[in-house]
Amino acid sequence: MAPFPLPLEALLTKGGAYFLYLLIGIGFGYALEISGFAISTKLAGQFYFKDMTVLKVMFTAIVVAMVLIFGATALGLLDFNLIWVNPTYLWPGIVGGLIMGVGFIVGGFCPGTSLVSMATFKIDGLFFALGSLVGIFVFGETVDLFYEWWNGSYFGRVTLMDFFGLPAGVVVVLVVLMALFMFWGGEKLEAIFGKKDLSKEPKWRYAAAGTLLAGAVAVLLIGQPTTADKWAQLEPTKQAALDNREVQVSPAELLATTENKQVNLVLLDVRDEADYNLFHLRGAQHLPLEQVAGAIPGLLLEPAANTVYILMSNDEAAATEAWKVMSAESVPNVYILEGGINNWLMTFIANTPEIQPTPTPAGMDRLNYMFPAALGDRYEAADPSPHEYELEFLPKIQLQTKRGPSGGGCG
Amino acid sequence: MATVTQAKPKASNKLKAFLFSRPEKPYVNPYLGGVVLGIVLFLAFFLTGNGLGASGGLNRYIVYLEDLIAPEHVDRVAYLLKMAGGVKNPLDDWIVFVTGGAILGGFISGWQHGRLKVETNKGPQISVRTRWILAFTGGAIMSFGARMARGCTSGQALSGGATLSAGSWAVMLSIFAGGYALAYFLRKAWN
Repeated sequence: MAPFPLPLEALLTKGGAYFLYLLIGIGFGYALEISGFAISTKLAGQFYFKDMTVLKVMFTAIVVAMVLIFGATALGLLDFNLIWVNPTYLWPGIVGGLIMGVGFIVGGFCPGTSLVSMATFKIDGLFFALGSLVGIFVFGETVDLFYEWWNGSYFGRVTLMDFFGLPAGVVVVLVVLMALFMFWGGEKLEAIFGKKDLSKEPKWRYAAAGTLLAGAVAVLLIGQPTTADKWAQLEPTKQAALDNREVQVSPAELLATTENKQVNLVLLDVRDEADYNLFHLRGAQHLPLEQVAGAIPGLLLEPAANTVYILMSNDEAAATEAWKVMSAESVPNVYILEGGINNWLMTFIANTPEIQPTPTPAGMDRLNYMFPAALGDRYEAADPSPHEYELEFLPKIQLQTKRGPSGGGCG
Repeated sequence: MATVTQAKPKASNKLKAFLFSRPEKPYVNPYLGGVVLGIVLFLAFFLTGNGLGASGGLNRYIVYLEDLIAPEHVDRVAYLLKMAGGVKNPLDDWIVFVTGGAILGGFISGWQHGRLKVETNKGPQISVRTRWILAFTGGAIMSFGARMARGCTSGQALSGGATLSAGSWAVMLSIFAGGYALAYFLRKAWN
């Protein structure tokens, strides 16, 4: 499994993790200050084409970080599924962005740069930061008025790769090319509007641009690991968990867990639609096996750390396949219903005489029961009362602490 | 007593000398600054899985104050409840430390390079007072927008830009669009 990002709290305790975040913040503020971002007139110069520092610093930072991130994921060092990718709320993002642009040109800063400006004793930076506190306060007090809109136009964890349908390597190369083109254009504008002498710019920037582009091409050539690659890397440890039956949860434990208010239980039924319509557990979501891979980005955004996924098929075969996909893609706390729906029915069928076993077993991962009608979860066995069944079981579910982002870039 | 009154100006002079006496250095080349910032951003993602942010930390400072003054009010508003409901401490979050660190890092660099200076940067055609009013107003507008977009230039444009989030690229383009759309009307403030 990719060793990064680190399981910070397990490794450093909470205090240590927060200290690391403080160091990262110091690096952040330091980088902004050395770039001249404490000076409002320098920042505002961007919008009059006189001083393109904002464009140069921002896009250099973005493409450098991007090439390093996707390089690290390509080499299997970094797990992309465990890093925070801002979810897309399209219209709040666009309208909020336009408002931010207005604030930028009126005030001359963005929140981060105003803090650095304030820290170097600039009074306009202090006023911007104070204004920021007021703007944030007003938002918190008024968001209830447009809460629905603010949570709407939600597309989840979508990347430019998803949007354009291109592999990550291609997007990385294209973004680097676009940035280099913008740098070239920006310098031309500085020469015209800012009367800058371009011949005085350092020559090493050509070498830097070449290195960056070479890095992006390397990312493209190596390619990103597929689910199968990730599973191959995990197989030695994870296959043992399957073989030792550490992740197969008995029907009795599942029933008991539905009563446990501390667990956010998500039941995923990976069978085909016909079987699902005949019978499924109450609350089970239908997610056919072939759609599991596509559902991963949504599952990764599941905010609650106490979420437990239970996969089920008629026996265990399809659920086990789905388990491998979800494990390879770093979804935490995934389990399989032991013996599948057939075992569930065998355990809880007592009060449901209308469901009868088939005369002979139906075969591998097929339903061994006959139903008078496709009633879905309206059979009693779909939602048995936990108090009627006093069953012993060996508990398997253990909540794993989540690794990676704790839910929000600017959260 | 006399020694105390004598020592006081002495100590403040010492502090002044410590803060302001270092020789002023020029800013680095913007591409170099960008490379440093990009490496910090990469390390943030690589080590922790989280990016950088500024408005998120400020948000939690404000909610912390609100929770001190009016805890019942915080418990009634869904948006505030998520951060400070019941016994939750809004400061118990990684972003608070990144934001605090940014202030510290800015100060360290400003001190090291002799750029700590009490001043107001503004265009030549406006007064200092006008500049302060504009800065305050702009800060309020910007941060209102930042919370609406769920992240500012750091949390959306930088962090989401580097991870290729589609929504963050939309936010980034909107910020530039909003700035350029209004730049003409504010030319007097800056030129």
